[in-house]
Amino acid sequence: MSTTKNINITLKIWRQKNAQSKGNLETYQLNNVSTSSSFLEMLDQLNEQLVNERKEPVAFDHDCREGICGMCSLYINGRAHGPDTGITTCQLHMRMFNDGDTIYVEPWRSTAFPVIKDLVVDRSSFDRIQQAGGFVSVNTSGRTMDANAIPVPKADADKAFEAAACIGCGACVATCKNGSAMLFVSAKVSQFALLPQGKVEATDRVLNMVRQMDEEGFGNCTNTGACEVECPKGISIENIARMNREYLSASATSDK
Amino acid sequence: MTKLDSKIPEGPLAQKWTRYKDHLKLVAPNNRPKIDVIVVGTGLAGASAAASLGEMGYNVKAFCFQDSPRRAHSIAAQGGINAAKNYQNDGDSVYRLFYDTIKGGDYRSREANVHRLAEVSGNIIDQCVAQGVPFAREYGGLLDNRSFGGTQVQRTFYAAGQTGQQLLLGAYSALSRQIGLGRVKMYNRHEMLELVKVDGKARGIIARNLVTGAIERHSAHAVVIASGGYGNVFFLSTNAMGSNVTAAWKVHKQGAYFANPCYVQIHPTCIPVHGTNQSKLTLMSESLRNSGRIWVPKKKEDAEAIRAGKLKPTQIKEEDRDYYLERRYPAFGNLVPRDVASRAAKERCDAGFGIEANDTNEGVYLDFSTEIQTKGKQTAYAKGNHNPTAEEITALGKKWLEEKYGNLFTMYQKITDENPYETPMKIYPAVHYTMGGVWVDYNLQSTIPGCFVAGEANFSDHGANRLGASALMQGLADGYFVLPYTISNYLADDIRTGKISTDSPEFAEAENKVKSAIDKFLKNNGTKSVDYFHKKLGHIMWNKVGMARKEQGLKEAIQEIAKLREEFQKDVYVPGEANELNPELEKVLRVADFMELGQLMAQDALQRKESCGGHFREEYQDAEGETLRDDTNFKFVGAWEYNGSDISTEVLHKEELVYEEIKIAARNYK
Repeated sequence: MSTTKNINITLKIWRQKNAQSKGNLETYQLNNVSTSSSFLEMLDQLNEQLVNERKEPVAFDHDCREGICGMCSLYINGRAHGPDTGITTCQLHMRMFNDGDTIYVEPWRSTAFPVIKDLVVDRSSFDRIQQAGGFVSVNTSGRTMDANAIPVPKADADKAFEAAACIGCGACVATCKNGSAMLFVSAKVSQFALLPQGKVEATDRVLNMVRQMDEEGFGNCTNTGACEVECPKGISIENIARMNREYLSASATSDK
Repeated sequence: MTKLDSKIPEGPLAQKWTRYKDHLKLVAPNNRPKIDVIVVGTGLAGASAAASLGEMGYNVKAFCFQDSPRRAHSIAAQGGINAAKNYQNDGDSVYRLFYDTIKGGDYRSREANVHRLAEVSGNIIDQCVAQGVPFAREYGGLLDNRSFGGTQVQRTFYAAGQTGQQLLLGAYSALSRQIGLGRVKMYNRHEMLELVKVDGKARGIIARNLVTGAIERHSAHAVVIASGGYGNVFFLSTNAMGSNVTAAWKVHKQGAYFANPCYVQIHPTCIPVHGTNQSKLTLMSESLRNSGRIWVPKKKEDAEAIRAGKLKPTQIKEEDRDYYLERRYPAFGNLVPRDVASRAAKERCDAGFGIEANDTNEGVYLDFSTEIQTKGKQTAYAKGNHNPTAEEITALGKKWLEEKYGNLFTMYQKITDENPYETPMKIYPAVHYTMGGVWVDYNLQSTIPGCFVAGEANFSDHGANRLGASALMQGLADGYFVLPYTISNYLADDIRTGKISTDSPEFAEAENKVKSAIDKFLKNNGTKSVDYFHKKLGHIMWNKVGMARKEQGLKEAIQEIAKLREEFQKDVYVPGEANELNPELEKVLRVADFMELGQLMAQDALQRKESCGGHFREEYQDAEGETLRDDTNFKFVGAWEYNGSDISTEVLHKEELVYEEIKIAARNYK
């Protein structure tokens, strides 16, 4: 049986008014936090306290609060999505912390994810990579061919699904010492490379997406593997190897 | 009273859509780039509509309040998407999908719309596969299906427990392609705060850039609202934190009728509320009811002891457990429809048998121990062990459960810190989906010309209760396969209009209205936070406009909400400034709309003196506690017309539902 108790914590939170201004860590004391609360509910509680004290609440990104939309982020005690594995920050619960703990909360740190305010960062670079080639060029007429016209081996479909499970949260970039987006980009490249529907444009896709990734200022991959460890959806770095193969053969064969 | 014209085409039901499409007006390719369309929301309906209209060559502007269109809450749908493909050769057809949907909706939806939905359902699957959506497959390489509630066939396509995610990312990829090609301009972190009408037609919106706070004017020849449902009026729901009614409510206030606001789906299996700081509720898939038995203690003192932590559920003897669904519904047992299961849980908790140690004691058990024994024994036998020990049976049974529901059990454990293999899950119903929404005709056009509404934001297809795996189907059907035709028909008259100016007095007036609303809240200098009021509203809604409603409670709710709304306007405090990222300001504007909607929901529930689907009036039930419909007096869509800031003056218009094909009957799953 779970035992819910209340704990008192000290928070060191990154506050930054906007992209132009300089930020700093502010200290807050928060008492009576239920260990059954999620981490974000704890932040709600802090914000309620700040509002009642007529102070400005902490801005942070969040939406679905069930680990699937990819909107929440946060670097907690030096780890992307905090001290638990296979989850997003919204699924992190306060029972992972002890009474009297000091908790550091920072935004994603990466050149390609500039801070907008406090803990909110701009991840639109991910969208632009997607726009450069993360699709199959098929119009939405519904008049393509029957869905069962091309059988796809179950193993391929399953692997494509595992890659497609990426939620685009950016933890891989945030945790990478190089600020590399290889795990994110390779997951999308792999999903399509593994399916017959994606093969037609495979060459252009990988070249275009990698070009956009580089333009956005993401770093290079040095096979550290931190991304895979912190990925809340368990996306495998096998995808990076697959993308490297796709990229190499595309570079050799493309006339662009 | 205005007569609502649903514009259902003539002809036999099965041919209406095909014939109608053949005669719709078109816009030639060379004219389309001269026409602007705004799409608000980028879930399944919005993203698919924006992508399709962009492909056709229209100038599309799409808006979402999240940081990326990929975040829309369609992404959280778990189970699957229905389509009448009959790949399993088990007798499915367009007609059966149509019939199941009408019956599931308790005969309160429009035949022609539902039939069209069933007709295009197959195309959705074709389209998604062509886009590279990785649906689950069988070993032969073909698509797999599973069953869902309210049907006797296997027509549900799925991608593990993340079907919504995969479909949304498919639509997002189509949308991204159009953005990359420059045919769709995407406005992330923007919120629509007003609809602009010029000469009675929808001609644009006022949006707030949530990062800079800039109030922007955007003009178009047509506006599509695909902003989702309004479940967050209850504060606690399975919706995303940002899900809101604002876009839909603004068009309502500009003259679009709002239909059946009282139809809300309460999902029976969610994780119960843990405390006052809880921000949202998490769904546990309906599929768990295949293996779990729902119970509460028979004795009140046992329930009290459990809540006090003095007794564990596993210590309650079999004869002291009340498997109330099996007791009340022996034929269906734990697999009764969603609304029935939800109400039964409420009945037990109201009677004092709830087991959760929270403020309201609202919680019941979903117990897998019987299934562990049954499946453990079966597995042992299948392995040739005809004399298994108790330990072997339990171990094999747990393994069977893990294979079937492993991810859900893990999710449950992460949230509650309890191991559902060892102790029963605690569950309770939660607000999940809203069937009501902006009234639209067959073209998905609201009562404002040029303002179209798609997906959960409209009211059209699910009647008083939605079947599982049908929300995804409707979102994509509306966006990919309905709107592109009907909107072109409308826009055909606009090829000579030219660009809509944003310098008109109408835009200026709308912008001022938005600015003064923002200004008012920021200068309010009240004493209480937005969440304080939102929680209060949610409390009234849940207790009096929730799972079971009665005349007295609804009348009280109307009074209480009106009073709360007044207090909110006077005493809410919003920190920060207008010209910056200000989440509290975003919330206050949304809650202001929820306050008005909440009152209308209560009024709608009050006028509907019958029980149907998700709308249960305690006065209208049979001897066994089942819903009692009144087809003589209430076989209509209740569409409300805004009539000024006093919500009690809204005017009810009725669209009589005509059933040509289906013989209307009592909904019976026994």
